[in-house]
Order: sequence, then C-alpha cells, then structure tokens
Amino acid sequence: MVGDFFEYALRGLPFGCVFALLAVGLVLNYKTSGVFNLAFSAQAYVSAAVFFLTRKEWKWDLIPAAFVAILVVGPLMGFILDRVLYRYLRTATPLAKLITSLGLLIAIPEIVKLVFGFGSKPQNNPPLLWNVKRSDQFIWPANSRFSLDAAQIPTILATVVIVIAMFVLFRYSALGLRMRAVVESPRLAELNGVDAERISLAGWMLSSTIAGLCGVLIAPLFSQLVDQDFFTLLVAALAATVFGNLTSIPRTFVGGLLLGVTQAELTGFLPANSDLATAVRPSLPFIVLLVLVIGRLVVARVKRQDIAFTKESTDPMAGVDPPPPVPVEVLRPPWMTTGTRVFGMAVIAIGLYLCWNVLDPQWLGFVVAGSCLGVIMLSMVMMTGVGGTVSLCQATFAAIGAFGTAQLVNETGMSVLLAMVIASLGAALVGAVLAIPVIRLPTVYAALATLAFAIFFERTLRPLDWIGGGSVPMKVPRPLIGSIDFSDDRNYLLLVVVATTIISVGVILVRRGTTGQYLDALRGSPAAAASIGISPARPKLVAFVVSAGIAGFGGGLMASYYEQANYDANFVFIFGLVWLVMVVTAGSRSVQAAIVSGITFFIFPKLLDLLFAWPGHYLASNPSTSGLARSVMELPEPSWGQGIAFILFGIGAFTYAKHPEGIIEFQTTASLNRIIARLDRRKRTAEGGASDNSTAASKPLTEVTP
Amino acid sequence: MTEALLDAQSITKRFSGINALDHVSISVNSGELVALIGPNGAGKTTFFNCLLGLLHPDGGQVRFNGVDLSGLPVHRRCRLGMARTFQRVELFTGMTVRDHLLVAARARTSNGGLLRDLVNRSKPTSEELDEAEATLELLDLTPVADRAAESLSLGKGRVVELGRALMCRPSLLFLDEPSSGLDVSETFDMGEVLLKVQRERRTAILLVEHDVPLVSRLAQRISVLDCGVLIASGPTAEVLASDEVRMAYLGTGVGT
Repeated sequence: MVGDFFEYALRGLPFGCVFALLAVGLVLNYKTSGVFNLAFSAQAYVSAAVFFLTRKEWKWDLIPAAFVAILVVGPLMGFILDRVLYRYLRTATPLAKLITSLGLLIAIPEIVKLVFGFGSKPQNNPPLLWNVKRSDQFIWPANSRFSLDAAQIPTILATVVIVIAMFVLFRYSALGLRMRAVVESPRLAELNGVDAERISLAGWMLSSTIAGLCGVLIAPLFSQLVDQDFFTLLVAALAATVFGNLTSIPRTFVGGLLLGVTQAELTGFLPANSDLATAVRPSLPFIVLLVLVIGRLVVARVKRQDIAFTKESTDPMAGVDPPPPVPVEVLRPPWMTTGTRVFGMAVIAIGLYLCWNVLDPQWLGFVVAGSCLGVIMLSMVMMTGVGGTVSLCQATFAAIGAFGTAQLVNETGMSVLLAMVIASLGAALVGAVLAIPVIRLPTVYAALATLAFAIFFERTLRPLDWIGGGSVPMKVPRPLIGSIDFSDDRNYLLLVVVATTIISVGVILVRRGTTGQYLDALRGSPAAAASIGISPARPKLVAFVVSAGIAGFGGGLMASYYEQANYDANFVFIFGLVWLVMVVTAGSRSVQAAIVSGITFFIFPKLLDLLFAWPGHYLASNPSTSGLARSVMELPEPSWGQGIAFILFGIGAFTYAKHPEGIIEFQTTASLNRIIARLDRRKRTAEGGASDNSTAASKPLTEVTP
Repeated sequence: MTEALLDAQSITKRFSGINALDHVSISVNSGELVALIGPNGAGKTTFFNCLLGLLHPDGGQVRFNGVDLSGLPVHRRCRLGMARTFQRVELFTGMTVRDHLLVAARARTSNGGLLRDLVNRSKPTSEELDEAEATLELLDLTPVADRAAESLSLGKGRVVELGRALMCRPSLLFLDEPSSGLDVSETFDMGEVLLKVQRERRTAILLVEHDVPLVSRLAQRISVLDCGVLIASGPTAEVLASDEVRMAYLGTGVGT
C-alpha cells in the first residue's frame, strides 16, 4: 500500500511539472506586470501554433522552428502587448487589468485561427520539442517500472530550470527588485530614477517568452491543438498559484507538483468506475482551487487576522490620478432625464414594431435570443456594475436556471413561467452559498473562485442526470397564458421585452436606492463605509444573490425560447467570459449596455457572415470579374463571421481602461455635454452676452476628450 | 463614579515582532474632549484602528457604554455610537458632498433595503434632508454641497469626513489629525466647530493631533504616546508642562 502510494506519487510528478510550469509562468507575469493575465494561455497557444505551422506544415528543422516560435514570437508578443496595451494600464484598477486580459483571451486565439487558416483543417499531433518519436517511452531510473513519455522529459527539465532562474532573478538581481518596485508603484519608481517603461517592457517580454515555451512544451500533451485546452489547463494550474499566494515562485512550484501527485493518487486509489472517481477526477484542480481560495478566508477568520480594509490599489501615488468621470445620472438635469426616457421608449416601440412586422423569422429569432441574453447580461450589470463583484460564472447561473426550468416542467408538469421563477430562486440560492466567501475576496481571487465554480459545474455537476439531464438536452416548452400561445416567436419577443423591462427597472431602482448607495460607498472606501455603519458584506451579498437570480431567469427564458436546455450551445463558461467582456466594455452600470450587448452577440456575427458571403455571391453572378479585384474578393470566407466578431468583442475590452464607465455611458456623457454646451451658448446669445462668471458656472462637469 | 464612555484597558498590538502598542489604556467620559498626541510612528493611528475594530488587538479590552467590544466588526461599533475620520482622507468617489451625509444618515437609521428599493421608497426622507442641510451649514459646506467629493481640496475633504461622521450622531467622535492639510484660519474654524459640537450635542471627542496650540485650546485631558507606550496622561496644562513629554515630543520652548 505504501509502495503504491509512492509509485502513484512518482507518476504524478510529470503532470505536476506541467501545472508548475504554467503556474510559475503566470506568477512571473503577475509579479512583473501586476496583471493577473488569464490570456497567458492564449499567448502560449500562439507559440504552439507557430511551432506547429513551421514544423509540420512548412517542415522546418527543429532548431529554427523552436527559435522562431519561442524566442522570436514570444518576446515579440510581449513587446506588442506592453507597447500597445499594458503600458497604458500600469496604474489601472485590478478589474481593468482583468477585463483586458479576458479580452485578449477571447481575441488572440481567433486571430491565430484566422491568420493561419486553422479554422478549416484539424491540427492533429502537435510536434515535440526534441527529435524523438511521439510514441517513445523512456524508462527512468533504469530497470524500474516508471516510464516517461516523449512529451514529459523536456517539460520536466524546462520547469526545473525556469523555477531556479526565476527564483534567482527575484531574490538576487537588481532587475528583479526593480520589476517589483514598478508593479508596486510605477510613478514612485520613476521618481526614484527607475525607468518604469523599460522595466515593464522587459517584464512582459520575459513572461511572454515563458508563455511561448509553455505552449510549445504543453501542446504535445493533447492530440489536437485547441486553444480552449490550453485555457482549461491554465485554470487547473491556478490552484498552484494560489498555493503560492500569487507571489512565491518556490511555493507555486511545490503547489504544482502537489497537484499533479494528488491527481495521480486519486487515479490510483479511487476505484476506476466509481461515481466518485468519475465525478471528482476531472475537476480535482478546480475543486482544489475553490477550496484553497475559500480556505484562505477561513484561516484568516480563525487566526483573527486583520482584515484588509484598504482599497485594492496600494499605490501611494494613486492620488495623482484624475477623478473618475461623473455618472450621467448626476450630470443630467431632470427634464433631460425625462426626455431621454421618452425617447428611449419611442425607440423601443419602433424597434418592436419593426421586429413584429418587417423582420424575417430568422432575424427575429436572433433578436429574441439576444433579448434573452440581455436578461443574463443585466445580471452582470447587477453583479459587477452595481455590486462591484467580479463573477466569471454568470453563464453557470443561467444554466442552473435553464436546467431547473426544464426539470421542474418535466418532473411536475408545472407551468413554464412558474418553473422559470422557481428555478431562478434556485439559482439565487446557489448564488447565496457561493457569495458568502466570494464577496469577501479581492477582485483577482473572486474571479478565480467563480471561474473554478463554473468549470466544476461544467465538468462534475452538469453531467449528473438530476441536474443536466444526461447527454441529450432536456426539452422545455414555450409558455401558454390563456389564449396567448408563446410558441410564436413574435409573441415570445413580447414576453421577453416585458421581462427585460421589469428587470431593467428593478436594476435601476436598486442602483439608485439604498442598496446602490451603500455599494457606491463601499466601492469608494470600504473602511469609511464600515465606519459609518454600513456592513461591508450585506449589500454585496444582496447584489450577488439578486444577480444570480436574474441570470437564472434569463437562462430559463433562453431555454424556453430554444425549447431545450442546451448547455453546450448556450451556457458554456467561456461564453460567460465573452458576455462579461461585452457588458463591461459597453457599460457595466448601464441597462441599455446589457440589452444592446445581448442582441449584438447574436446579430453581429450574422451580419459579418452576410458581409463575407457577399463577394462570393458577387463573383458567382459576375464570372467575368478578373485580376486583382477577383483575388481580393476570393479572400474572405463566409465562415469568418463568428471569429472576427469574437476578435472585435475581445478588442473592445481595451477601451475599458480608458473609459471604465463603458463606451455607451461615455458617448452618452459626451453628447450630453455637447447639448449642455449648446443650450448654454444659445442662452448666452439670447441674453446678449454674459460675463465670464456665468460661463464658468455652467461649464460641463467633466472634460470630454475627443 | 459612573463608568467612562470609552474604557480601553491594556491594548497591545504587535506587527511581526514589533510592539506597536504596549498595554495602552485610555478612558473618555461622556461629553469630554481628550487628545492623544505623540511623535509620528508612536502608534496613535494603530490605537484608533484597534479601538474601532479595523485591527484586532493582540491583548486588552475595549468597553464602550458598558459593552465589551471584542469581536464586534467596525460597522456594529459605529451603530453603538462611535464615528471617526481618517488620517488619509477616505471619501466615496463619485458621490456628492450631500450624498456623503445622506448615506451616513441612512446607515444610521437602517431605513432602507432591497424591498424598499424595488418599490422606489428609498429617496431621502425630509428629516434626513433637513439634518444633512443643518450639518452642511454647521460646517460651511453648503456652497460645495453638490460637488463631487473628489474635486474638493484636502482640507475641505477633511471637513466632509467630519460631517459624515456627525451624521452618525455619535456619542464619541474619533478624529485622526483633523487639522492636517488645513490652513491657519481653517484650523481655527475647525476648532470652533469641534467645540460647538462638543458643547451643543454633548459629543465626546477623542482627538489625535499634532497641532499643539489647537490641542491646548480644545482638550480637557491629554494622553501622550511614544513608541507604543503611554508616557503621560492627565489634564492638558500639566501634561504639556511635563519634562518627559517635552523630551519625547514637544522639544523645548513649545507648548507654553
């Protein structure tokens, strides 16, 4: 038994090294940039793709292919990311950095697939980083029962070398010290004579090179080159980074090894076919991640450690930042608010009329689905914009609502609408349990905990019969109220619009009500809010639970629209990340942003499809076209739409750092300021020229940069 | 003698081996103005944070109005009647000055929640508005009432913090260096306001302050902290005249 234990442990070490390599790379990235870079896996994917292309398709030799993939593409990517993006984000909030990295996570793989033409053909058997056959096994130590496969040996070597090198860099070198100083406070470091620009650039190029190395080393572990596998593996490795407190490289390394060993022990000791084994094994790293993150809170509580009441940005120079823009609600005079509302309602009415009478059924379907998604996105407004908590599992709450609706209708035969409401209460209940630890965590940890929950749900809970209904999506009927049959899409659109309106009004009321005020206070200064008697947890808990409930209801609506609760088509966790990026980009506090984003998510790719299909149609009807025009028009493929849409959604996130209030909110403020200025001019002309004082008094409150 | 309003006994706090506070005791009676002075790094703010629950002391006990405060979180201590201002100004970004006061009033009355929000019954009541208006006037904040708090100067920010704390209707007000960042006349006005609050509202005040003239004008009693140890405590004039206090903090030729 003890012998078995050691044997399994030894078998787990190579996998542990994979976790450790990714985790150490991520910690290095975090320590040198202050960005918890979830796009690390996307960067790894780029190098893996370049290596695949040069080695397998262009048949390059090993050395030049590896050189280009790791030592050229890696640093180049770091250079571009720092110069184009992260240099502007050095003093941004943790949320801004996280959202930007999510945007990259979505955009980069799609760009790679588009540029390398990966969309149309499979990438089987990614190449190894040394000249041996994929099937080779190596016995080590000699004459023992342990064997390593061809992909594992370079990974183990690289991990050990990198861990030692990084430890030395941070412990003993001046560069490592400067890197830490720049992350802590770039402006203070600059005032002390450190060139923050160069240090930060060096940090990005270094960590990006390591991402490239990870990608090339890890790719052969999978039979195909798929970007999502890289991300899932990265999230699995996150448990090790939390074990190392996101900062300690030796501890992260040990955490990675422990994770690999634990997984191997489970494989060895749990009976192969038991329910426990099939349920726990695939999601062990995610369970460990959740336990570790929550465990930190429990330990802090038991030890009565002091709670960090400071704001998350500890930069002593943070005070030199300009104040955030004044919210539109504050800026806008009441008569204008009424006017905007009337105008908004008119737009909705016209839109509905057009949908009802003009739109063809296919496009009507996209609008309905988009409106259902709008409800799910309203839950993100509640969670992140109003509540100030980052949750990466909103798609999971929606799935719970969808499954709950399906189960209730199928098991009890109750009315669909009632089932949706009860299921959304169920989602709220799950949200409450998750919220108790999550609302107390800093941004990055909250993101990790919710991401871990989302993947745990996807891998372990969803396959269970009593939750996800097994492998075939469960049927959900459309509602029937009296004589109104909602199986007609136009009727269903009305139902969704009514639901969206009620929920939007609710979100607005909470946002400007007592709960919203408390949350604004907590966002401004947790310590000051507590010092006037506001509980730091309760308003956030309320927002979290309400948000989970809204997401659940949105999931139910969507399931009923598609007449099935289809997890793979509608609720995978990666969609949740795209949605969050879209909502936050458009305006995390704005209900319009949520609804517009929801509809855009469905309509925009289809519009692009139309656009890219058009040259094909044109050439078919005009076969005489030739020359340059023809070759340009033959370039786009109709299948590009989805990929390019995702690239644009992802890239949209880059605006977040500059406009944290969101693009829609920013545009609203800008046009509002223009209107106020124009009214002011007119007034002054009418008064026949006014003194300078009145100009200053009626100046718009925020500066609008073009 | 009746029990003091605030009675902190033997508060000890260590940060990784350094004794930040070593058995510090202090008491404040109802309606009294007590100052806590000492050089920078003496542990004054740490002591405040221990009294108010932002830090857990490693030893000692805090009683307020006869209630043992051990284990009570910050917001519950506030509801018992303790309010504070901060050394580094802590304002709610994005909120106007008036909103700062209104949200504090709402937190005191607990007169709101999700259900009230959803039926649109969360608007400030007329009492809340009146009280906010009175506080704005008291502190001369009316001209900036509708400005975003982050657009104010440091000095005005401190006054907003004071107003926000007053809206909690505390029986004991903790002020952490209220005069830093204020010019001479603003400091004088601040002193007048504090005296007024103390006299009219019978609010006790515990004041951390470096401005010795201000302290000697306001405080009835002074405690002096140096390197985490209480080196003197007593009536203002006596303490300021003590040799030990002069050596540790005031230097010669000051405070007379």
